[in-house]
Amino acid sequence: MILVENLYKKFGKIPVLTGLDLSIHGGDIFAVLGPNGSGKTTLIKAVLGMVIPDKGTISVMDTRIKNQWKYRQQINYLPQIANFPGNLRVKELIEMIKDIRQMPSDEEQLIARFGLEPFLDKKLSNLSGGTKQKVNIVLTFMFDCPLIILDEPTNGLDPLALIRLKELIFEEKAKGKTFLITSHIMQFVEEVSDEVVYLLEGKIYFKGSISALKIKTNQTNFEHAIAAISTP
Amino acid sequence: MIKILKYSFYDLMRSRWSYVYFLFYLLLGFVLLFLNNELSKAVITLMNVIIVLVPLIGTIFGVMYFYNSKEFTELLLAQPIKRSSIFFGQYLGVAGSLTMSLVLGLGIPFALYGLFESNAIWDFSLLLITGAFLTMIFTALAFNIALSNENKIKGFGYAVLVWLFLAVIYDGLFLMSLIVFEKYPLDNFSLIATMFNPIDLSRTLILLKLDISALLGYTGAIFKQFFGTNLGLMISIVMLTLWTIIPVWRLGYKSKRKDF
Repeated sequence: MILVENLYKKFGKIPVLTGLDLSIHGGDIFAVLGPNGSGKTTLIKAVLGMVIPDKGTISVMDTRIKNQWKYRQQINYLPQIANFPGNLRVKELIEMIKDIRQMPSDEEQLIARFGLEPFLDKKLSNLSGGTKQKVNIVLTFMFDCPLIILDEPTNGLDPLALIRLKELIFEEKAKGKTFLITSHIMQFVEEVSDEVVYLLEGKIYFKGSISALKIKTNQTNFEHAIAAISTP
Repeated sequence: MIKILKYSFYDLMRSRWSYVYFLFYLLLGFVLLFLNNELSKAVITLMNVIIVLVPLIGTIFGVMYFYNSKEFTELLLAQPIKRSSIFFGQYLGVAGSLTMSLVLGLGIPFALYGLFESNAIWDFSLLLITGAFLTMIFTALAFNIALSNENKIKGFGYAVLVWLFLAVIYDGLFLMSLIVFEKYPLDNFSLIATMFNPIDLSRTLILLKLDISALLGYTGAIFKQFFGTNLGLMISIVMLTLWTIIPVWRLGYKSKRKDF
């Protein structure tokens, strides 16, 4: 599904990714974890082609993504901070993205699921952070794509919305979709993910299932296992 | 690209500033015609306004729009769209809506005052064409500056500086060099120096077309000799096109290599 080989990226003088290799196969939920500034978002943005790597190659579904853009038709991406053009209404934004993607979409079901009906005619600049995140989720899930990338999906969500989000992730997974998720909420990661990819200093420090991580660190609690792996 | 252009264009059409800009030209057109009551004279006055104001508005609008649509750009970057299409679409949206405000704002009063029956129509069209060129050129320069500077204040500063340099400082340096090197033949130098500033180039082009080149004195005679011919006109249009194409090309080049 995704194959990353020998990826290097510097921002100014600060090296963020230093020779990262990663291969992700289809049908599972991968959690990309790591301390702040370990390069999680950079890795995801490199896969999306928003960050141009200094060295290394990335392939998505067997195509090299360098200078390509059509492969993004296969990806749904939920950005970390929901920055939307403030002068648009929610409905207009959804219509616009639909118009740009030109794919069948089922936004109505998602709008109902997250209770967004009363906000459809509101301007995006007037929405609260959590509501914006719900709009973000609707925009991400309304298209049927094999690869879904979620960057901090739980940001600002209330408990009910969080439950709905988890249900949604499991439903989509049952359809055979692959997920790449970053999160700092370990409880959420433990509940949804099949495999953990742990980034440290720009490299993959650990890749495997949660139980393998627990065995490796000699911990019974996932949160403590992550803490143990962060402080070698 | 057409879709991005459409959304940028609609976005701008909904903003108050496009209307302010449009109404300003509308008002300017009517006032000038009311005061002058003769089309060709109004065209001359108008030229002086357009030559300075159009680049300024193009620059400021370009920088402002680029920074303001940062969220929109980021949203689009994750969609299956070519990068250059995103930036070219936005650029054409801004330049297009500004040009439309200019053409309609000035076109309506002049058309009402009987532009189509008068012989000033060619001069007026040339004025609008150069106005459109200046809008395209300075919006492209502004987009370039904004793309290269993450810091808004810096970007704004550089953009205004570029405008100030080309609109005011360049002329000052040009005149000073003419005075200092008085003793030397400066025909070719002044011709070339004019070519390298789109504002000067447009001004000279219009002045010569309006047949008031006598105002330009000795150099005017050389300019007349050069610009008056079809070749001169062609070369000026080519230069203006180059002034548009080079920044637009750089915009595409830089945008491909930038991280978001």
